[in-house]
Amino acid sequence: MNYKITILRKKSSEEPSYEQTFAFESSDDAQTVAAALILINRSDLIDIEGKKADPIAWECSCLQKKCGACAMVINGKPGLACDTKLKEAADKNGNIRIEPLRKFPTVRDLICDRSILWENLKIIKAWIEDGDDVTLKEDKETVLFDAGRCLQCGCCLEICPNFYAGGKLMGMSAMVPVSGMLQKLTPQQSKELRKLYSKHIYNGCGKSFSCRDICPAGLDIEKLMVNSNAVMLWKHLIK
Amino acid sequence: MSTFTVNVIGAGLAGLSASLELSRNNIHVNLVSAQPSERAQSVMAEGGINAAMNTMGDDDTTREHFDDTLKGGAFIGEKESIEGMTENAPLIVEELIKLGVPFNNENGKISLRYFGGQKKRRTAFSRSSTGKLIMSAMIDAVRQYEARGLVRRFPHHIFEGLDIRDNGCSAVLIRDNYSLKALRLEGPVILATGGMNSLFPGLTTGTTVNTGDVTSYLYSIGLPLSNLEFIQFHPTTAKIEGKRCLISEAARGEGGRLMILRDGKPWYFMEEKYPELGNLMPRDVTSREIVMNSEDGYAFIDMTGLPSDTWKNKLSDMREQMISLLGSDPVKDYIRISPGIHYFMGGIYVDKNHKTTVDGLYAAGECACRYHGGNRLGGNSMLGALYGGKVAASSIEGTYSAATGNRIEEIDIPYEYTDFVAPSCVTDPLVSAVGIIRDGQTMEASLRTLNETDPSSFTEADRRRLLLSRAILTSAIMRKESRGAHYRTDYPNKDDVNFKAKSVITYTDGRHELKYEGDES
Repeated sequence: MNYKITILRKKSSEEPSYEQTFAFESSDDAQTVAAALILINRSDLIDIEGKKADPIAWECSCLQKKCGACAMVINGKPGLACDTKLKEAADKNGNIRIEPLRKFPTVRDLICDRSILWENLKIIKAWIEDGDDVTLKEDKETVLFDAGRCLQCGCCLEICPNFYAGGKLMGMSAMVPVSGMLQKLTPQQSKELRKLYSKHIYNGCGKSFSCRDICPAGLDIEKLMVNSNAVMLWKHLIK
Repeated sequence: MSTFTVNVIGAGLAGLSASLELSRNNIHVNLVSAQPSERAQSVMAEGGINAAMNTMGDDDTTREHFDDTLKGGAFIGEKESIEGMTENAPLIVEELIKLGVPFNNENGKISLRYFGGQKKRRTAFSRSSTGKLIMSAMIDAVRQYEARGLVRRFPHHIFEGLDIRDNGCSAVLIRDNYSLKALRLEGPVILATGGMNSLFPGLTTGTTVNTGDVTSYLYSIGLPLSNLEFIQFHPTTAKIEGKRCLISEAARGEGGRLMILRDGKPWYFMEEKYPELGNLMPRDVTSREIVMNSEDGYAFIDMTGLPSDTWKNKLSDMREQMISLLGSDPVKDYIRISPGIHYFMGGIYVDKNHKTTVDGLYAAGECACRYHGGNRLGGNSMLGALYGGKVAASSIEGTYSAATGNRIEEIDIPYEYTDFVAPSCVTDPLVSAVGIIRDGQTMEASLRTLNETDPSSFTEADRRRLLLSRAILTSAIMRKESRGAHYRTDYPNKDDVNFKAKSVITYTDGRHELKYEGDES
């Protein structure tokens, strides 16, 4: 199958964006967008108009949806390049459009600066203080397991109608780790976190659940959020 | 009160372990990584971490963990280091529990599973995502020190070089991959930069980020590397786009059986040939058996007999992964597998304190060589990374003082774009020669090809990769015996008289010089 892959590019954060299209021939139905980007970069890098192109800047690491590095917007939908098959992404004419995540500042081509994700986790204090030890409990296992699986890829924020970088709402990429923290906190810490939770996770969320089914790690965000909202906002009121 | 700053290069498990140890002792850390910790290869570790916690009624001891590690490594791992690692393993896992790692447990008592090369249940796990869960807890733990200003992250910064003068390392040179500006960070350095995937494109289970470029840099400037000939092929991997997908040893630890179809009928060859450990023989033996017994190099893993609660509570994530990446459901399908490159036992030569031959320069985790000898046991990689990172950090704590410089300055060094894999003219000869079954003639021919390769059009990184490839081949050619993961048809037996020792290779005056060094302990 012959694909035409159009990439929204940018030489640096200061320069304007431009589109560049590459022809890509694939004989393998399992081939992913990530594989195409790797192979285009190893080719002569001639675009569809015959012009020599610079290597496409993008981030990847595990290539099997365990690390979240290659999150981008593919045909309008955020997802991982390694988890998106060309065949499934293309329209009937073989066209595929790739853009960087737009909620974060673009660094170069498909690389965006997602540092706000980690800044937010610092603000919301997503850690257990040294000395506040957690013990193993079978009934905590599932929530802790899911909470620890967030890739910090940013896909849920990209699709969120309420999140913007630097705004009060931190979105699901903060809620998921916090949902695990709730299993571990002392009553005093819980009280402190409650304020932060309301301000940065609950209040700004429009409950559109546009993030439903978007998580590349397959996390059931709704379930985690329902549980976290109940614990953080309501259950402490019931004596 | 803070004393000095340590530069930790790599933010996977070894780098995080070193950073946590240092910052807990009020030492500043510059934590440098090409991508954030969530993208590190450590998150891909699946099956578990070994510790003789003896919670399963198997009467296990740390001594037996030591014995199994040494034996699994074909008796060339460093005894004193292995002893330290295995004795500390239960403490390390206890520490991880305190950090909130949700290890599988029953009524608060940690569950342990069977793993290769070990007769007793010793592998603590969080379903089949143990690496990810340990990493998340370690990232959280380090984050509190980031918030306190003790750990400063450089999370999109690549290694460019070291400042080494008079056999002392005074700074590391890095480049911001966003702005492309280069920086010089003063202070001692701990390298935690992983394996050498760039030399084996598409053939490893690891990440694209672990290129081995730091290892090849060190080699090119004359630092010794050790045991490069030992490359672990994990028996159960499957080809997916651009790489090998690991099917964790947990699959067999929980009852999966290796099988080859012979005349259309299942032959459970490992159980027949190795009645004691069966499917859980060490990885070197198992991979070899697959290649030697299967006509097409493939075998199957049969997990169809596993009970439903194992799938639900211990391997739910593994099943999801197989369905989504391989298109097969292991509950009802045999999964077609073949061995793939999974770990590099060899790497940067370090002493028991994880110090290289240069003062102020340390290495830990997969990039270093210390614990795993000729073949690493499953479940020992995360343990080795956590323990090694901690040892390196502790060693530095006692060595440096506030007088050590900690300036950060912008510098001007040329930038060169390099692909994450070496050119095929380098990798093809290497790959064809250092597989599971090796022979002198093929390796010699590959080395000749690489010696004749003209690197004039190469980037600097690719030149160094070529050099490292030659070092791997030289190490493999010189070891005229079969041991651990190094098996050659022209020398099929172990030769304890001449080769029960680690190889040490150094590049000096344009020559690859190799010697064997016995255990220092």
